[in-house]
Amino acid sequence: MTSLLTYTLKNLPSTSQWALRFSMRPLSCSSQLQAATAVQTKSKQTLAKPNIRNVVVVDGVRIPFLLSGTSYKDLMPHDLARAALSGLLHRTSVPKDVVDYIIFGTVIQEVKTSNVAREAALGAGFSDKTPAHTVTMACISSNQAMTTAVSLIASGQCDVVVAGGVELMSDIPIRHSRRMRKMMLDLSKAKTLGQRLSLISKFRLNFLSPELPAVAEFSTNETMGHSADRLAAAFAISRLEQDEYALRSHSLARKAQDEGLLSDVVPFKVPGKDTVTQDNGIRPSSLEQMAKLKPAFIKPYGTVTAANSSFLTDGASAVLILAEEKALAMGYKPKAYLRDFMYVSQDPKDQLLLGPTYATPKVLEKAGLTMNDIDAFEFHEAFSGQILANLKAMDSDWFAQNYMGRKAKVGSPPLEKFNIWGGSLSLGHPFGATGCRLVMATANRLQKEGGQYGLVAACAAGGQVCHRSFIGASRKSFSWKQNRFIQEWLI
Amino acid sequence: MVASRAVGSLSRFTASRMLRCPGYICRNFTRSSALLTRTHINYGVKGDVAVIRINSPNSKVNTLGQELHSEFIEVMNEVWSSSQIRSAVLISSKPGCFIAGADLNMLTACTTSQEVTQISQEAQRMFERVEKSTKPIVAAINGSCLGGGLELAISCQYRIATKDKKTVLGSPEVLLGILPGAGATQRLPKMVGVPAAFDMMLTGRGIRADRAKKMGLVDQLVEPLGPGIKPPEERTIEYLEEVAITFAKGLADKKISPKRDKGLVEKLTSYAMSIPFVRQQIYKKVEEKVRKQTKGLYPAPLKIIDVVKTGIEQGSDAGYLSESQKFGELAMTKESKALMGLYRGQTLCKKNKFGAPQKEVKQLAILGAGLMGAGIAQVSVDKGLQTILKDATLAALGRGQQQVFRGLNDKVKKKALTSFERDAFFSNLTGQLDYQGFEKADMVIEAVFEDLSLKHKVLKEVEAVIPDRCVFASNTSALPISEIAAVSKRPEKVIGMHYFSPVDKMQLLEIITTQKTSKDTTASAVEVGLKQGKVIIVVKDGPGFYTTRCLAPMMSEVIRILQEGVGPKKLDSLTTSFGFPVGAATLVDEVGVDVAKHVAENLGKVFGERFAGGSLEVLKQMISKGFLGRKSGKGFYIYQEGVKNKNLNSDINSILASLKVPSQPDVSSDEDIQYRLVTRFVNEAVLCLQEGVLATPTEGDIGAVFGLGFPPCLGGPFRFVDLYGAQKIVDRLRKYEAAYGKQFTPCQLLMDHASSPNKKFYQ
Repeated sequence: MTSLLTYTLKNLPSTSQWALRFSMRPLSCSSQLQAATAVQTKSKQTLAKPNIRNVVVVDGVRIPFLLSGTSYKDLMPHDLARAALSGLLHRTSVPKDVVDYIIFGTVIQEVKTSNVAREAALGAGFSDKTPAHTVTMACISSNQAMTTAVSLIASGQCDVVVAGGVELMSDIPIRHSRRMRKMMLDLSKAKTLGQRLSLISKFRLNFLSPELPAVAEFSTNETMGHSADRLAAAFAISRLEQDEYALRSHSLARKAQDEGLLSDVVPFKVPGKDTVTQDNGIRPSSLEQMAKLKPAFIKPYGTVTAANSSFLTDGASAVLILAEEKALAMGYKPKAYLRDFMYVSQDPKDQLLLGPTYATPKVLEKAGLTMNDIDAFEFHEAFSGQILANLKAMDSDWFAQNYMGRKAKVGSPPLEKFNIWGGSLSLGHPFGATGCRLVMATANRLQKEGGQYGLVAACAAGGQVCHRSFIGASRKSFSWKQNRFIQEWLI
Repeated sequence: MVASRAVGSLSRFTASRMLRCPGYICRNFTRSSALLTRTHINYGVKGDVAVIRINSPNSKVNTLGQELHSEFIEVMNEVWSSSQIRSAVLISSKPGCFIAGADLNMLTACTTSQEVTQISQEAQRMFERVEKSTKPIVAAINGSCLGGGLELAISCQYRIATKDKKTVLGSPEVLLGILPGAGATQRLPKMVGVPAAFDMMLTGRGIRADRAKKMGLVDQLVEPLGPGIKPPEERTIEYLEEVAITFAKGLADKKISPKRDKGLVEKLTSYAMSIPFVRQQIYKKVEEKVRKQTKGLYPAPLKIIDVVKTGIEQGSDAGYLSESQKFGELAMTKESKALMGLYRGQTLCKKNKFGAPQKEVKQLAILGAGLMGAGIAQVSVDKGLQTILKDATLAALGRGQQQVFRGLNDKVKKKALTSFERDAFFSNLTGQLDYQGFEKADMVIEAVFEDLSLKHKVLKEVEAVIPDRCVFASNTSALPISEIAAVSKRPEKVIGMHYFSPVDKMQLLEIITTQKTSKDTTASAVEVGLKQGKVIIVVKDGPGFYTTRCLAPMMSEVIRILQEGVGPKKLDSLTTSFGFPVGAATLVDEVGVDVAKHVAENLGKVFGERFAGGSLEVLKQMISKGFLGRKSGKGFYIYQEGVKNKNLNSDINSILASLKVPSQPDVSSDEDIQYRLVTRFVNEAVLCLQEGVLATPTEGDIGAVFGLGFPPCLGGPFRFVDLYGAQKIVDRLRKYEAAYGKQFTPCQLLMDHASSPNKKFYQ
């Protein structure tokens, strides 16, 4: 806790009473902290922006992320979202009527609850006077929810916003074919028996073939796993490297789970089933086992397999975001400051998953920080190959010069600070809900480890990326990149 | 059957069929000094896999020539004799090209069919050794793999191709009037089945990698890579090589079988093909189809069928022998010389002789959203040109926009574009009724109605709004550009760009320069045309330029022949059987009777008696009755939406009857009728060269074949004079001159060629 406050302090406007109060305490901290202090000095002015309100995260929770088709399979998305909201209410004890706005991200919409934020909020007992909307931006949907919240607060529109995300891959809307739909609509308008009969006579058996949600990029028709495989090949990343990285993710996640570090998880009593208390996709295996798998996308010689990809996941998450002065007035000790963010996008064909590479240097520059200043990196792991490609790209002068218009590489994040409590590969990736998980993991890590800055990044479909930065009490920068909801695979 | 779409494509070469052509020379195997310094092929050994890299120096493409061939033999001998090597990968170091075919010059250098046959046999022998290699050879294909390149690839034990738009496999030899002479006639049927093999060899079409995979022509696909640790093209080749090596190893270790699992349909087909009766039926069907489409004018397709048949019915040895012999025979035919000449000419007309323009054209504006205007817009937007389409009324504009959309959408249906690409291309088009944005235009192409005063009005209006740098191009088929430019403030920026209808199908663009047109303006126009995918001839201004001027006397003759009592159907069949893709009467309908009349009138005034012949009255009466051709639904024929077989318009008979002229029996045989049409055409073409309207005979041939449908098997009017003999043509002209007078008087240049047999348009 101490360290947490320290860093916050450096970042706060000097007028903050709260900051002053705690400013003395961290002096007794370890050398690691001192090092961090040096960093703060130089970045002090850059992170808090004059005339813009500071935005803090009080806390955030998520229900356990489960493999799709397991305990959540009979629920609907708003059920999961509601559970996350209830968990957040319980964790933060925020009075329901204080909340000004609720925003959720989701990717595959259940048509009955297309504004899932509103349905979940009403069900969770929030005031029916609190507006809610749903955003979508592929795998960075909840990042978008959070940054929307930040903007609402920074611009003075709101003081207290709940942002979250939800995805239920156990059930997806499978539609009738367009021709069948058209016939059904026409039928409902037909007035006479004759009209109806003539419409029905046009029926053909193939009208019944269903339409599945696209599993491919709309613009290029390429599935994401395919894209990831090509990306890995473009960066000459071997199957073994990918398997090793996936194994690392699972091992670290298991360790974090065993040590109780995944404190953002709240138990969820599933109606008719047992209470779910923890993520169920963490399965450390062995390299030998993983090597046996066949490629999942580019057959028979590709390198992306079920074992080194994230899997289809159900889950929901939510965070409580406040204006700093409001948080202080309410007596909260913020967990983090949300300092800066950035979205970038690029070629959806060949650079679909390279967003973090593009966004990281930009958001760092915007905040006046360098790679070395960052204590905790949380990058969304869509595929091992994608993470490794990004690390390689960030470490390549050639790439920086030829594709990013930079003079030199930004450098890749050191692995000892990188996703050390597991990542999407092991914890799971409910598309719409991953962003909040990344932010809370960063905040909790900074707190636990005594770091100052965190950086979040995620890639998303359409070649977009969000890069968000700097959560405060320890500040954290996070960026994320959006992944199309598509291919998440499980061993 | 499958060959149905066959030979129609002969009449129209498409740009995508880039072939670098057949002919294998491998005579001097004993050139020892070249051994150590190989220039075309090198190889390295990775583990136990030899990676053989082909990279011809100083060229964008690899072609199978003498040197490459002998180096390949040397390398293969080393590979086969090395105990360290267990398998091999064959790959090109050039992005976008595996092997684009054999060296055309080698073939044309031969003077006897025996020589050509020998070339074929050398290649056959080599490829047979490749096929029988005990060390598996994997062909790793990235880019064009055509002709001899494909024949080499299908001799290998395994093929891996990149799934790139540039990766095209095909046997385009038929388009050059020859056949695949290095084993493809024998191997392809076994590999992809007889029907598909016929389709490939008889149409010459290029096959994209994904389709090739489905057909069994390639065994694996490799996706092209995006940016990574290296430039995409470079890394893609490297990746292809890596993948190919793993497969080569797998094949050598027998972990991978080179045999492909056949689908049910394929199994059924191959079962059916094992029944002799079925086979005979297929040969018969294909042959019928080919005969119908080629009218017996193209020998190559029939020989291909024959050779394939020989191989299947009498065994490979007979097949290979037949292949090489027929290959030799075909290479010596006039048809192949004509087609090869066209191929060369086409390549020449795809270059910008005028250099790069000072400013690249990025913003195009087109006036008039009619058939032509919209057609020009269509071929522009899908090349990434920002295009404004302007018309006077919303209805006309809407029709034009719909035409562009439909054109793009048809490509989506054919899977040449994705719907997303279609939408992105369509966004390059701005439809409008005013001159907004013209101040940023780099080029304006007007395609308004063919009326000088209207063109003047438009020119003045446009010049008031466009910037100084902007080129004003007029799409007209007959109005002299200098007359249009007469009202221009800056005539050096005015040029003619004569497109042919339908613009998205017809490859030719005739660019017309006046004496005042600046070189930079010409360079701009050529650049835009090339970007639009056109084959370009640049001619001097004059009434009818080159193409219309050649067509006019022929059209005049068409009318006279009709007046003499030959029916439109008969005339059509006479002209198509001579090799014209479209019959003469149908052509009038297609061009439009009003346009034909307009042109005939204008040019008749200028050229006088030479353009006389048929009576203009025929056209005038047709126009007065509303028979304007296809566009009005009626001309010589009746055109109905959705009706394939067009019927004669019987109302024409009364017009023709009332204007009937007596025919002259001694010049009215079927052959005479054909030659009356063709010799007038040819005579006028040669006159254009004589007068300097044309700069080269090549452009004359390309313009005639690609713009007017002059029989491709004759190679164009100039090639025709060379191959047929100038004297014979002059003789014919004299004969017709005796009957009809000055219209048939041979021009001086033609007579010069007739009097000195050594004089040729193509040396």
